[in-house]
Amino acid sequence: MTESEATVPAHTGSRTTRLLGLATLVGIAVVLVLGLVVTGPDAVQGDAARLIYLHVPVAVAMNVGFGLTTLGSVMWLWKKSRWWDTVAVSACEVGLVYTGLTLVTGMVWGRPTWGVYWTWDARLTTFSLLFLLYLGYLVVRHLPAETEVRNRRSAYVALLAFVDVPIVYLSVSWWRGLHQSATLSLSSTISGLMLFTLMTGMIVALMGFAWLLIHRFRVAWLEDELDSVGLELAISERRAEAGMTSVNVPATVEAVVR
Amino acid sequence: MFRDAALVAGKDLRVEWRSRVTINQVAPFAVLVLILFAFALDPDRGVLQQATAGLFWVAVLFSALLAVQRAFAIESVDGNRDALRLSGLDPAGIFLGKASAVALELAGLEALLLVGVVVLYSTTLSGWLLLVTTCVVATIGLAAAGSLYGVLAAGLRVRETLLPLLLLPVVAPVLLGATRAFEAAFGQTTADGWSWVGLLTTFAVIYVAFGVLAFGSLLEES
Repeated sequence: MTESEATVPAHTGSRTTRLLGLATLVGIAVVLVLGLVVTGPDAVQGDAARLIYLHVPVAVAMNVGFGLTTLGSVMWLWKKSRWWDTVAVSACEVGLVYTGLTLVTGMVWGRPTWGVYWTWDARLTTFSLLFLLYLGYLVVRHLPAETEVRNRRSAYVALLAFVDVPIVYLSVSWWRGLHQSATLSLSSTISGLMLFTLMTGMIVALMGFAWLLIHRFRVAWLEDELDSVGLELAISERRAEAGMTSVNVPATVEAVVR
Repeated sequence: MFRDAALVAGKDLRVEWRSRVTINQVAPFAVLVLILFAFALDPDRGVLQQATAGLFWVAVLFSALLAVQRAFAIESVDGNRDALRLSGLDPAGIFLGKASAVALELAGLEALLLVGVVVLYSTTLSGWLLLVTTCVVATIGLAAAGSLYGVLAAGLRVRETLLPLLLLPVVAPVLLGATRAFEAAFGQTTADGWSWVGLLTTFAVIYVAFGVLAFGSLLEES
């Protein structure tokens, strides 16, 4: 991929991402107005329930992120495609940010509703384990290694984590089955304007996710480029130190032979 | 595949028997953990008896980390990993062999820990069928998942710190399931322990299958 060396962009934005970012900002404003002004407070939970317009959308985006990490890892193992590998790692990083947001908004919501920041609720517990599972993926991913080794290693870690998710969820909900109904009944009785706000919130969260993902993807791609270009640069510098005027390999070999 | 597995397991257990790392270091560590729990939780208030199942499995989990680390540390010296790779043994067999050796060591540790909780925590063991079945399936799951992450971390300089971070969240369902099943066996809850055994079996089957399919590829990388 050295041919792109000359055309390395100065930043990771493009017209599409700028439009997407702008649309996300407008969307956030719209959701704020809808969620805080237009919709009324919940019959049971009052104003605290407004957090649903933030909490549920970021949780959905988080799932999309980890889904993409799994898909990207499978595709890397199957096609050995650098593009998919970069998607996997970028989606995981952005997904972790969204998991953090989900946990924090969940805790902020939990305080007025349950009276405590943290409760060993099935979903909360599952999400905290998910966070740790995928944190492990990122740690493995950032260990220094050859590209091929690094990609394969992290792809397997992603798959190992993925097959664990249903077991984690099942075990935690068996353990803590009682607390589940509160969340479920709230979302099943939601309707009209509230549902519209929630859906808008989801679209905006996914747009924000896409914006972050695209930028992270481009940065990750450029990092890889830099690694390979940096290596070539270092080699040519060492050659220059050794007094070889040309960095062309056949020419150097020729010079040595002579 | 099974012949190769037996070979690898036999080799690992012989190495273990001659070096006595599990017996001399991991087993005392496991008992030490039980004693530390007694310091942390007041033995006079009955907390230990109530928490026996959970404390037992936490001790098993910590010991499993050490056992897995040890199982792959013996492969990482003197280019043993390359030797294993070039040996012509079926990678699935190598996986099953390494996992079986870890599982057998863990089974021994569990027996010791059971004696430990009876003596130190005054626990009365009951529900033997459920107890033993839980131990068997949980141990297979732990050994399989442990061996997968063990080989993954084996070649890395940071393996000692990386393995717990990777393995513990993954085996969290085993801790949960095995603890609940033990509580049911001890008659501390009215819940059905066998459904937890079902969950533990699913975990074991998934990770054994994953290992059989993917171990070769994980062993390849250096």
